[in-house]
Order: sequence, then structure tokens, then C-alpha cells
Amino acid sequence: MMRDLTELGIAAIRDGVAAGEFTAVEVTEAFNANVAAARALNAFIVETPEIALDMAKAVDADRAAGKELGKMAGVPIGMKDLFCTEGTQTTAASTILSGFVPHYESTVSANLWKAGAAMLGKLNLDQFAMGSSNETSAFGNVISPWRIGGGNDAPLAPGGSSGGSSSAVSARLCPAATGTDTGGSIRQPAAFTGITGVKPTYGRCSRWGVVAFASSLDQAGPMAHDVRDCAIMLGSMAGFDPKDTTSLDLPVPDWEAALSSDMRGKKVGIPREYRMDGTDQDILESWDKGIAWLKDAGAQIIDISLPHTQYALPAYYIIAPAEASSNLSRYDGVRYGMREVPEGANLQDMYAATRSAGFGPEVKRRIMIGTYVLSAGFYDAYYTQAQKVRTLISQDFEAAFQKCDVILAPTTPTASFSLGDKSKDPLAMYLNDVFAVPASMAGLPALSVPCGLNKDGLPLGLQIIGNMLDEQSVLNAGLAIEERAGFTARPDKWW
Amino acid sequence: MSNKYTVQGASGEFEVIIGLEVHAQISTQSKLFSGSSTEFGAQPNSQVSLIDAAMPGMLPVPNMECMRQAVRTGMALGAQINKYSRFDRKNYFYADLPQGYQISQLYHPIVGEGEIEVTLDEKDPDSATKRIGVERIHVEQDAGKLMHDQHPTSSYVDLNRCGVALMEIVSKPDMTSPREAGAYVKKLRSILRYVGSCDGNMEQGSMRADVNVSVRRAGEELGTRTETKNVNSIRFLMQVVEIEARRQVDLIEDGGTVIQETRLFDPNRMETRSMRSKEDAHDYRYFPDPDLLPVELDDAFLEECKQSLPELPDEKRVRYENELGLTAYNAAVLTAESETSFWFEELLAQSVERTGKSDKDLAKQCANWLLSELFGALNKLGVTLEESPVSPSQGAELLSLVADGTISGKIAKDVFEIMLETKQGAEQIVEEKGLKQVSDTGAIEAAINDIIAANEDKVAQYRGGNARLLGFFVGQTMKAMQGKANPQIVNEILKKKLDS
Amino acid sequence: MSVDKETVTKIASLARIAISDDEAGALVPELNNILDWVDQLGEVDVSGVEPMSAVIPNKLRMREDIINADPLTGGGVRDKILANAPDAEDGFFAVPKVIE
Repeated sequence: MMRDLTELGIAAIRDGVAAGEFTAVEVTEAFNANVAAARALNAFIVETPEIALDMAKAVDADRAAGKELGKMAGVPIGMKDLFCTEGTQTTAASTILSGFVPHYESTVSANLWKAGAAMLGKLNLDQFAMGSSNETSAFGNVISPWRIGGGNDAPLAPGGSSGGSSSAVSARLCPAATGTDTGGSIRQPAAFTGITGVKPTYGRCSRWGVVAFASSLDQAGPMAHDVRDCAIMLGSMAGFDPKDTTSLDLPVPDWEAALSSDMRGKKVGIPREYRMDGTDQDILESWDKGIAWLKDAGAQIIDISLPHTQYALPAYYIIAPAEASSNLSRYDGVRYGMREVPEGANLQDMYAATRSAGFGPEVKRRIMIGTYVLSAGFYDAYYTQAQKVRTLISQDFEAAFQKCDVILAPTTPTASFSLGDKSKDPLAMYLNDVFAVPASMAGLPALSVPCGLNKDGLPLGLQIIGNMLDEQSVLNAGLAIEERAGFTARPDKWW
Repeated sequence: MSNKYTVQGASGEFEVIIGLEVHAQISTQSKLFSGSSTEFGAQPNSQVSLIDAAMPGMLPVPNMECMRQAVRTGMALGAQINKYSRFDRKNYFYADLPQGYQISQLYHPIVGEGEIEVTLDEKDPDSATKRIGVERIHVEQDAGKLMHDQHPTSSYVDLNRCGVALMEIVSKPDMTSPREAGAYVKKLRSILRYVGSCDGNMEQGSMRADVNVSVRRAGEELGTRTETKNVNSIRFLMQVVEIEARRQVDLIEDGGTVIQETRLFDPNRMETRSMRSKEDAHDYRYFPDPDLLPVELDDAFLEECKQSLPELPDEKRVRYENELGLTAYNAAVLTAESETSFWFEELLAQSVERTGKSDKDLAKQCANWLLSELFGALNKLGVTLEESPVSPSQGAELLSLVADGTISGKIAKDVFEIMLETKQGAEQIVEEKGLKQVSDTGAIEAAINDIIAANEDKVAQYRGGNARLLGFFVGQTMKAMQGKANPQIVNEILKKKLDS
Repeated sequence: MSVDKETVTKIASLARIAISDDEAGALVPELNNILDWVDQLGEVDVSGVEPMSAVIPNKLRMREDIINADPLTGGGVRDKILANAPDAEDGFFAVPKVIE
């Protein structure tokens, strides 16, 4: 009997296709079937089974012709609907971009297709990547495949903003998916769904063709089963792009080849400021386990201080909305997307009506905050102050990395929560990213790796933060935890 | 110009304070942040990239040449060059601004303070000069264009200009009359053309000015200013100052208050009026563009900019006077526009090559011919120097024929007429028409003998002390020789014969 | 710092988002809640600290002045530019008539 190909991750599919154990088309058909059968999760905005098959056929043809195969040849993936894809609708999960079909391909997605990956579809997300529970999408909530169980079937949040990605990978609708992380949008959903996600150093992945949320923070990264798969996929996504002036003009290391869970001689910093009130006991316990695992892997554990940690989140909620308020000005109903023209409206009325109808409440809220903090008389008190605090946060990390190689912390203060639990209280929702945001503010590489289940049976993640450009140490420490955590839990299929 | 410019109100005189923001399109092939062409007059939206149209996920990549030209311009104004500058976003909504923000430089412009010296009366090089401060130069994107008459209920948007690089050159409020404002822009345009950073073409919109005007009673504090946008000729600029100052004075005298606002000049009605459409665009929420890192210029780059600067008009004018021995007036006129000075220098260089004489020997002749003969002809033809049917090389050919005595200055004028008509070379014309000057003393002497014989009464008068009659004999001789006689030889022989 | 309904209305107008009176009223406590919370940044001593300008040390790269060097960032693509427009006529984008 043929094995279930949808149980396989990136490395296994790539190796199996290359070895001729199965074809890329067989793999894609299997995942297409899973996608079609899982609409209850609402993970996809657009399914593209034919495109996926065509791309798989091309890989099979290349193999038959004896051509060298790419690093992700035959691996079908989900594409977060924040990446512009040529000929396929791209919406950022917002009504304002309804019907928008780009005539260009984002650099990151183009890199992935060049590596032989195939597109299963466009994944749902929080609208314009603004959210931590995937409840702000204009295309409806994404549902986590995880449930508390024991009669409690309340739909849970898959995390956000890359909630479609986390849900789809966790439910094996795709072996991997792209995510983007502005303030935790890869790591937090990965932690909520028991998968691995990596945010690389700011500048590793080109932002060209990715719908912008906050330019100085946005970074694409992989979400997959495990550390190795993330290393492979990040290697295919990253690379210098002259079209993005913040792109790093550096060679892409072979992260997969250099993976090693041997932590001897490495120092792991434990930031004391991350022991915050309101953090679940389960989370604190998982952190302690992580410390023990890394010690077991040979690392030396040291206490470090990141004194400005508590200010990272409020500074983020000035800088990110400020940048977003400006980045989202282009959605005005003139050149693409929806247009709303009330009877007798002039141009400015059209803008206001279009943007009012097109943006969801959370997007509007952040545009309002961003507009306010940049407005005359408030700029220095808010924006300049926040950017100065950001400098201090960066300096905290700089000082810490004089003493240690990586930092270990929880990814989130709690496990996944029920949909609707926090959506009424923006601040409570924002606090979900309290551990994830500091690394974003400093542009540092960070990952979340599953480390166990809480008392409700929901996955928890541990976060590794590394020094700039040192993705390798992050991946290696993640691998050391992964090997010791032995996380194999899976959601029971109910969809 | 000692008379101070004032506007008379019912209750007294008002002074006028003027500051100018000149937007100069930087001469580049491609746009400031995208690779689309900047060429003028293309089909609508045909020179628009995905970046210019602000498609989702598009990012700006700056054009190095724009920064280079801004730095060179700053150096030409003796201005401070900022090795560290930044791009900021100026946020507002308008249909000609796809991003919803203009990328500009507010907090850290690339060029700081400099100045421009203007001559207040260009007809009189000895007239007073005035130094007008330049506050800053920053680099920014131009907007697109809206068209309102193509459709009854819609305006049309063409983004071809959108993203073209501009330098905004901000003056200090140092000007106090329409004439000063006009002289400032004229001089600025001249410098930009010399430097090659802007073609200065105001008709095509590659240079335009926002005019800030306020009025005050002598000795009082600065009044509230208005800004009249997009004035696209020097004549209009001077009119705007006059009209706007008059309007403000009348308003104040009627008990009203000037409000700070954006206005538009209507040259047909000769009035400025408030621009309602931009009324609420006053809170621009500037902040550093997070898509772009700070601009950091190194010494090698600045040195290259400096080395590549041409001789500038003021330096040139002094050199023309001191080294070439030209009059102040000629030096000023020849250097006022780069085209004229380039033409002149080419003419002079070619003349030196042809005659072997020094440039100092030839400069005066070249200057006079260019400014009177050539300019007169071009005026009649209604064409500019760039469109001249005669090239500097052809001019030098003509002038060298005069210099080596082949033809006289008078014949040269006739030859030039033929050159303009036929576009033939001077040597060919002189050859074909047989216009070569006669220096054969025998032939001239024979002609003079005839004239002396026929005019004995005049000879007697001359010898009796009426020296002015020499001119009569010269004229008669030239007439007899059909103008081709070498006037110097004619003079010599006449004097010898009459004085003997 | 905190906002009132009038400020909220002004900000919405600046951001070109049409909101009803009720929506403006509802936004007042929501925004104030967030603004109160971010106000804690004021406690941080930032004397002598420069605002962050580049998150990862990196130099601004510039490009050569070449037309359409990369077709992805060049012009001459009018069809692609206009393809998604809600209203395009005669090669232009069309918008409700503007009176300047």
C-alpha cells in the first residue's frame, strides 16, 4: 500500500522525488486532495490545484530529462496571501484588494518556484497581517486544527497573522508554507499549532512584491514541520535582491548542511525580564525544560538582562502603525482593488468611502493610531521617542550577544485561545506578542520550535533568538530542543 | 534700483517679502526611484513602472545620478553639502500621488545653506548686486498629472511624470521686489544649465516656482504669507508677486486678514485664487521613509562631483574681462546663459586655430560679431542660438577671412547674409563671388590717381586743413574698387598722395 | 495623551476613512486605552540616544541611471499598470472630476 505522502515534510519529499520513490505529481495530488477536504479550516483564500500540478509536472519532466533539480523540487507549498503572485489573486485578506491580480511575482515566491516548489494556493491571514488570531481577515476566521477535546470543541485561534499558514501545515494540507513576521506573525502561530517557524535577520528575504505592513519590521520566513525543513526552505527564499534597498547583499549560507544539535561550547542566555506576570505556568515550565534540554546538548546556560524588554511592545505599537498608516495610503480605489463612489462624491469622498468600506476594523484602528502619532505636534513625543527606545532595545541585544550565542525564551505567554476570546480587547490581543516583538524590533533572527503540550493538550513553543545574520545558531539550538522534546503530537482530524 | 519697491495702500506704504521654492527637474534618463524613462511628451501612462503606480509590495531604489546632480548644484551655489541625508515621506491624498505620500527630504536635506549673487539690472553690469540666500536643496519625487477636460464627469490621471526627480531649491525670504525675484530665478536657471543638472525649460515644466509672498508696513513684523503654486515663467513669477502683494495690501486696508494658504495663478484673469482642493493638506505627517536607509556620501564621491563642475558664470565673466579684455557688458551678456558662452568659446577656439593669433587678440572681434551680427540675424529669423543656421566653426571661418585681410569687415557682412541664406561656407562664397579684398597697390594707386584728378577742389580743401575730407576719398576709392580694396592700403596710399 | 471625539473625527478625515458619529464615539475609549498604554514609553530615559534609522547596519544602495535596466522596475508596461483599474479610459486612470 502506498504511504500517505501528506505526512512527509520538505526534506522527505525532496529526497523521495529525487530518488524516484514517488513523483512530484503524486505528492501534489495528495496535498490537493487534503486542501479540498479541509475547507472547514478556512486556511486558503484561493486554491490553485492546477497551478500546483503544472509546476509538479515540470519537476517530473526535469527529472526525467536528467536535469539538476532545485532544492525544493517537487515540494508543494502554501503561499501566504501577502505575497504577490503573478496571475493569481492577491488580497492581503482585505476587501480593499478584492479582485486584484498582480502582473508580477514577489521575489521570495519567485525564488521558491525557481527552487522547484509548487503553489497549492493562497493562504488566509489576518488582514494586512494585522492580528494575532487570524480573526481580522475579510475572508473569515481561520480555524486551528487543534481542539481542547473532551467535549470542548470550541474553535481555537491558529495564531496570526500567518494563521492560514500555521493551520494548513499543522493539518498537513501542505508540508510547508510561507509566513511573514512583523511582530511575531510567524513564531506565534507556529507555537499555537505545534509547528516550526523561522523569522530570519531583517534583510535576508526580499520584501519586493510582499504587501507591506511595516517596512522596517516585515520579514518573510518559512513555516514547516521541523527545523531541517525550515533551514531548507529559508535557503530557497533568502538572497540578495537589488530591487529592495534593505536587502542584504550577502551570500546565502547552506544552513541545512551546517545543522548540528551539538551545543558544546555554546552559551545560551536566559533573559530575566521575560519572566513576566500573566505568563502561564505551563509556559514557564516548558521554558525550564528547554533550559535543561540545551544544557543536555552541551550548552552553558547564563543569566542575561534585556532591560528595555517591557517597552518593546508599546514602541512596536507606535512604529508599526505609523509605518502602516503610510504604507496603506496607496489603497485608494484609483489603480486597483475596490472603489466606492457614493452619489455625487468628489475624489476625496471617494477615498474616504473606499477605505472605509475596504479596510476591516483592526486595520482602520491601526491606521488611526499611526496617523495620530505622526500628526503635527505628536511626532516627537510618540514616533521619535519610540525609535529611540528601539535603539535601546537593539543595544540591549547587542550587549547580551557579547555574553551568549543565542537567547532562549518562550514564544508566547499562553497557548492558543478560543476564537472571540480576545478580539473584543485589542490590548489583550497585542500582549500575545510580548515575547516575539523584541527580536522583530532589533531585526534579529528567531524561531519557534514545538516543545510539548499544555495541560489542555494544546501545543507550546519555545523561542530561540540569535545575533544578526546568525540564523545557523538559531537553527542549531532549535534542533537541539526538537531532538529532545520529541514532539509528535498531532491534532485529531475533525475537519 | 535705489528706489525701494513698495506697494501703496490707503494708509501708507507696504514692503513686500518674497521667498521662492523652485522645483527643478533633475536631468536624468530614468526616474528617481524606478527605471522608467523621464522623456517628455510620451503617450499617457507609457512611462510608468509598477513602482511609480504604487502597486502593492513595490519598493523604491534611488537613482545615484539624482544625488550626484543635487550635490553638484549645491557646490555651484557654494552651499553646504550634507554627507548624511535621508528621505522622508510627506503624506497626503491626491489622484496624482499614487503612493499616498511623496518621497522627499524634510529633516535631513542633501544640501544646506548657500547663496546666489544676482545683478539687479542685467542691462547694466555695473548696477548693484545682491546676495540671495539659499536655505536648502532637497531631492524629491514629482507627481503625476491630472486632466480635467477630456470627460464630462471624470478627471484623467497620467502618471508619466510621477516619480521624476526634482530638486527643490528653497530660497531665504530675501527678495523684496518682483525684479529681484525674476533676477534670482534667471540666475538660478543659468547656473543649473551650466552645471547640467536641469535643462531649465519652464514651458515644459522642468522648472517651476512656488512663490511665497507677504507684505508689511515698514519696520513691522513679517506678515502672513501665501504660497502661489507652480508658476512656470519668469514673467508670470513677477506678475504673481505684484498681484499677490496688491491683493494682500488691499485686503489689509479693508480690515481683512491674510490667511496662510495655497493659491493658484490664473494668467488669463491676472489674479491668484485660493486652491480649495489642497485646503486640508496641511498635516503632512512627515517621517523617515522606512523603505530607504540614510544616504551616506563618501569623500571620493564628493571629490568627483567637484572635479566635474564646469566654470560657472560668475567666474567666467571675470575671466572674460580680465584675461580676454572684453567689456564688462559683453562679458556679462556672453556668460548669462551657458549656451551663449559655450558658443562663444567654440568660436574663439576655432578662430585661434585658423589664424594662429592669440585668443586675447581675437576675443573682442568674436564677441562683437556674435553679439551684434549673429544675434541680430537670429532675432530676425526668430530662432535661438541652438537653432542657428551658422555653426561656431562656420563663424570662425568667416572671421578668420577678415582677420587675415582676405575680405574687409564690410564684405564680411554681405558674406554672412549669403551664409544664412545658402548655408555655404564663407571661403566658398568669397571664392565664387570674387569678393577677395584687393591688396594690389598698383590697382589701388591707379584708382586713387583717377579720383584725385576728378576732385581737385576737394584735394585743395583737404590740403587747406579740412582733414575730415579723407573719409570722402576713402569712400570714393572703395566705391571705385567695388568695396574690395584693402582699407588699410587705401588709407596709406591716400595719405601719402594727399599729404605730399 | 488622549483623544476626544473631535480628534478622532479629524484623524479619520486625515486618514481618509469615512466614519459615522457613533463609530467615532466608539473609537475614543479604544484608542485612549492603547494610547494610555504606549504612554509608558515616556518613562524611558533616552537622553543621548539616536532614533533608530537602520535596524541592521547596511548602506543605502543606489542604482545607475539606466532606463528599464530591469523590466520589473521599468516603464513601457501600460497594460499591466491599467489592468486592475476600477475605471480606466483612453490609457488613463479615471477618477471623479476634480475641481482645482
